[in-house]
Parts: sequence; C-alpha cells; structure tokens
Amino acid sequence: MDVQETPLPGIGIRREIVLGNGRRVGLVIQRDGQTELIISKVDDPDACLASIPLSIEEAATLGSLLGGPQLVAQLAEEHSNLPGVSTRQFLVTDGTPFAGRPLGDTRMRTRTGASVVAMLREGQVLPSPSPNDVIEPGDLLVVVGTPDGLDAAAAILHGS
Amino acid sequence: MGATTATLIELGVIFLGLGILGRLAARFGMSPVPLYLLGGLAFGQGGFIQFHGVAEFGHIAGEIGVVLLLLMLGLEYTAAELVTGLKQSWQAGLMDLVLNFTPGALLAYMLGWGPVGAMVLGGVTYISSSGIAAKVLTDLGRLGNRETPVVLAVLVLEDLAMAGYLPVMTAVLGGIGLLGGATTVGISLLVVTAVLLAALRFGHRISAWIHSPEQETFLLKIIGAALLVAGLASAMQVSAAVGAFLLGIAISGATADSAARLLEPLRDLFAATFFVVFGLNTDPSTMPPVIGWAVLLAIVTAATKMATGAWAARRAGIGRWGRVRAGTVLIARGEFSIVVAGLAVASGVLPEALNALVAAYVMLMAVAGPIAARFAEPALRRLTRQPEYAG
Repeated sequence: MDVQETPLPGIGIRREIVLGNGRRVGLVIQRDGQTELIISKVDDPDACLASIPLSIEEAATLGSLLGGPQLVAQLAEEHSNLPGVSTRQFLVTDGTPFAGRPLGDTRMRTRTGASVVAMLREGQVLPSPSPNDVIEPGDLLVVVGTPDGLDAAAAILHGS
Repeated sequence: MGATTATLIELGVIFLGLGILGRLAARFGMSPVPLYLLGGLAFGQGGFIQFHGVAEFGHIAGEIGVVLLLLMLGLEYTAAELVTGLKQSWQAGLMDLVLNFTPGALLAYMLGWGPVGAMVLGGVTYISSSGIAAKVLTDLGRLGNRETPVVLAVLVLEDLAMAGYLPVMTAVLGGIGLLGGATTVGISLLVVTAVLLAALRFGHRISAWIHSPEQETFLLKIIGAALLVAGLASAMQVSAAVGAFLLGIAISGATADSAARLLEPLRDLFAATFFVVFGLNTDPSTMPPVIGWAVLLAIVTAATKMATGAWAARRAGIGRWGRVRAGTVLIARGEFSIVVAGLAVASGVLPEALNALVAAYVMLMAVAGPIAARFAEPALRRLTRQPEYAG
C-alpha cells in the first residue's frame, strides 16, 4: 500500500492512503504528538469530512482493531491445509468477566481445546501470551481451535 | 506617587484589560491582535486617558517582543522546510510578492509618502499573518485538507522573504543611501545564506549547545542567545529581528520544540506589549482622514491575496472550493504587518498618518480574514446552488 507523506511546515506531517473508492484516509501528526484521524469528503476530495483528535492510546487501539483481521487472515491462510482448524478474534470489553485478570484464569485450553495464539494491544502484537499475562479491556485475542471450541471460547470470554 | 508606582499601576490596568478583552475575542475565535491595538489607541496620545508611565518600559519590551516573535517564527520551521519550500513554490511566492506588495506601495505613492513609504506599506500589505492562518486552519479542522500544504508553503516563503526584506527596509529607513543600502543588503543576503547552510549541516550541534536539562538555564541560554544575536545583527545594520529569526531557524528538532513551548508565554506577553505600544503611539484623531484609504486597501488586498492563494492552489491541482479556501485563509494580516510598520515608526522618518492607516488596516484584516476563511465557501456554495453533501 502506498502511504503518502506530506510535510506541513510549522505544523507537522500528514500521512495518508488513497482507498479504492478514491477517499483519502490518514493522519495529521502535529509537532507536539497530537494526532488527528482524517477522512476526505466524497464531493470535495480536497476537504475533510472529519478530523478527529486521538490520544496516543486511542490511536493505538484503533490501529490494533484495524490490524486484527489481517493477522487472522494470515493465520487462517497458514493452517488452511489443516481441515477443522479455524481462527477467530475476540475483543476484550469492560463486560468481559476476565478483564483485568491473568489469561490463565480463563482456563480456556482446558475447557475448550482452543488456544490464544496472539494478543493485540495498542497496536502491538504479543505472540503466544503466557497464562500469567493479564488481559485488559481493548485487547484483541486471536484464538485458534475447532469451530465448536471457538464457540465455547466465545461463551467464556463474553460471560454467557 | 513615584514614577515606578505609576508605571506598575498603568501596566497592571493595561494587561488586565487586555486579558479580559482577549478572553472575549477567544470566545468568538478571533485574533487578539486588533484588541491589543484598540487598547493602545484608547490609552495613548489623544486617547481617553493618557498613560505616560508605560512608554519607557513599553519601548524596550516592544523591541524584545519583536525579537521573540521572529525567534518563534524561526523555531517553527526547519532549514530543510525552508529550502524545500523555496525550491517547490517559488513561483507562488513571487506571485504573492507582486500581487500583494504592489497595492500598498501604490497607495503610499498616491498619498505622497515617497519610496520609503512605499517600501513600508508594501511590506504591510504583502505579509499574511501566519499566526492567524495557522489558528484558522486548526480551528476549522483543515489540517488534513489538500490545499493546506499549499497555504503553508506560501506562508513559509513570506516568512523567508522577511529575512531579505527587513534588512533592506532598515537600510532604507536609516537613509544610508543607495551604495550603503546595497552593501547592507549584500551582507544580509550573505548572512542569511550562510545561516541556512550552517543550519542544514550543523543545526543539531547548535541545538545541542543551546539545550539544557533544566528549564531555567535553558530559558536563560535561549533568550540570551536571541538578544545577543539580535543586537549584533542590529549593530551590523541587518535588523535585530532578522538575527533572531535566523537563530530560530538554526535551532532544530526536539530543542526547537521545547524552546517554542518555553518561550510561548513570554512571546505572548512581550508581543502584546509591542502591539499596545504601537497603538499608544498612534493618535486616534489622525485616523478618520485615512480610514477610507484603509478600507479601500483592505478590499483590494483581500482580493489580491485571494487570487494568490487560488492561483497557487490551482497549480497544485486543487478543485474550485479548495482554491476558495486557500485564498481566504491567506487574507488575514496581523502581527508581522505591525512589526514592519512598528520599525518604520521607530525611525521617525514617516508621517503619523502611516501609523493610523496601518493600525486601521490591520484591525480590519485581522478581523475580516478569519471571517472570510470561515464563511466564503458556504456563501459561495449557496450562491451557486451547490450545497455541500454530508458524505
């Protein structure tokens, strides 16, 4: 993907990509680190429909939400020759019963046979998290298992 | 009541009043500069009440204000940005200079202020307010717009042009004649080029030398360096303000960012003083005869700036509404127009009417600029029946 960089003298830098439908989506990063998400208008592509200020944490979380599906797709591709194994991603929310507790507390592998192969947090990928790693609201868990196992994992993580 | 006591009371009243008025301006998203000028007009010669005590403090504080304004301007840009801007947009810069310097210069000739007056008034109408433009772009959420880099490039070139213009003006005002003027300009161009090259190559070393882990020593070092460089530049007849600007350019990276943060409140205080002093030195009774000219100049130079921005945006492949936005953002004149006029006033070569004209002109433009930037596009869309779609 071609990322365009435009310096904004005295203000900062703009980084954006042009989508398939012609819209520009990107970031304006000001000198002091203040980041804005920008989306261009359809009828006037020079202007912006919105420029939304994001904190560093918000930007990172949004980044991992956007990056999650690609990781899942990659994993699915890797074990596409293993029938019966699939990959799914689960978002840890405030309502998740295990939010703020170590991953081991979910006893997911014992109960469902599915395992958490990666954790995405604030744009960072934590591969093979250990049972001691604490899961937090906003984390994205990438889980590999059988379809039934994944359904059971969903039930555990969503507290039903 | 001693002189110091009177000065303290008067300064207190002025700053407090400006603070309250400034708050009001901020609520409407207005630049405070016109209010500072009004404040000065009200309390200066021929104003409601005459404040004598502030003149002495105001004079030197105003000078420091100019040094800080230009230092901060230099800090905003890196040498690399200036060189890139010069390479990529010199045509737009030239267009800007021709279109916007001419109306001021012509009016000065018409009013009989001669070549010196033309030089000064041309500078006043030429330079847009980068402070107001940056604020408008941020407030209206236009930082991500495609025309914004075009606008910024024009502003960068204007600021760079100041580095050439101010020494020339200082020389002309000093009345040192053609040969002396040429020498000064030669020296200053050499110095500007040398500083740009040095900043490109050794900027990080200068920055490292200025930087200090403690805020206090950092502040002292940077202010000390700025005043020293400004003073030396002034002694070489190159204009103090340009010295400060060049120092600002030479400082780069993280040092520049933290210096800008540290200096901002000081700049605001001293620059406000400078604007007030300009107002103080302007007799309101000299204003009515020139107000018509100020309005005419405002209308003409709003149109020429608009044309400059639209032309530059068009060259960059921006659509019609983007051109309107680029043009209107540049309309505002502010702090640097006053700096130019302030330097002229200090020399005492020009008639008092120039003061009044510039004060009225900048007050008009600093208020009208942001309004035009905000409402021109929606108004034109309504006129041409092309409503804006939410998508």
